[in-house]
Amino acid sequence: MLDSIFDDVKRMNKRQFIYQVLSFGMIVSSALMIWKGLMVVTGSESPIVVVLSGSMEPAFHRGDLLFLTNYPEEPVRVGEIVVFKVEGRDIPIVHRVLKLHEKNNGTVKFLTKGDNNSVDDRGLYAQGQLWLTKKDVVGRARGFLPYVGMVTIYMNEYPKFKFAVLACLAMYVLVHRE
Amino acid sequence: MYSVLTRGNAILTYTLSVLACLTFLCFLSTLTVDYRTAAQMNTVKVVVKNVPDYGASRERNDLGFLTFDLKTDLSHLFNWNVKQLFLYLTAEYITPNNELNQVVLWDKIILRGENAILDFKNMNTKYYFWDDGNGLKGHSNVTLTLSWNIIPNAGLLPNIQAIGQHSFKFPTDYTQTRV
Repeated sequence: MLDSIFDDVKRMNKRQFIYQVLSFGMIVSSALMIWKGLMVVTGSESPIVVVLSGSMEPAFHRGDLLFLTNYPEEPVRVGEIVVFKVEGRDIPIVHRVLKLHEKNNGTVKFLTKGDNNSVDDRGLYAQGQLWLTKKDVVGRARGFLPYVGMVTIYMNEYPKFKFAVLACLAMYVLVHRE
Repeated sequence: MYSVLTRGNAILTYTLSVLACLTFLCFLSTLTVDYRTAAQMNTVKVVVKNVPDYGASRERNDLGFLTFDLKTDLSHLFNWNVKQLFLYLTAEYITPNNELNQVVLWDKIILRGENAILDFKNMNTKYYFWDDGNGLKGHSNVTLTLSWNIIPNAGLLPNIQAIGQHSFKFPTDYTQTRV
């Protein structure tokens, strides 16, 4: 198997090799463009998130994928699932809006809670923070796809697995010929 | 070129594309379903107190207490792409402080296969009805609505409001006794 791969590489001439490198670059850049394009279309800085905790069970389990939008003209309302960032925590949290107060000048403050948690999220917020506002929100959950995010969870937990997958993909793209 | 690797690769690719295709068809098949339905609700006992909110600002805020009746049949909302319903009962009202207040008083998770015919009498709320200030005493128009968030096996996550709502008043005096 490996021998045949190296034979393939040896038999390549310069032009073919450059072609393979370019097609590899093409794949990487189109993946980046799709991600950035989604950011523009959805208005969210992170249009797709992986659920990392069980705090929304049984609706969302660890490894499920959520598609977010964050249009400024769409108001936040109670019962929606928001993804928000809290100062001092790297990982965004996916929870449901429990209470909401909107002032006449359009400022909104709201409180969230995980479906599977028995108390609201005030203990998770930054020290002294009682409410979330619009600027904390990364996006609102609009679509759901189960299990698919498990791959990224495994990659983050086992870096060796990540490098192996990346190496295999790069090898395949560089060497594979029609 | 028939090695274990190429065959494994072919089987894996084929399985994944069939699964992806079926999931997408499952999503398409329930895209146009109308998930609205009727619900009847009513308040039984309504009182309001003025107590310090130690969970938040520690100021004296209005705290409403109520018990409610709820009757609805949601069993026909379940289809093959509905994994769970998340029901929530919302109180919505306007105060001089805020042009919109929404407080969830009660919620319930119904998984597929569980009983979805609800008939509650004189239920207590699950969450405290704190106002953001002192706007509940004597409030003449608080609206109760029931809504549900549909959790699919794969697809959109719509929030649907039930047809039918209930408006109620708060008493004009604070209750001093324990509730």
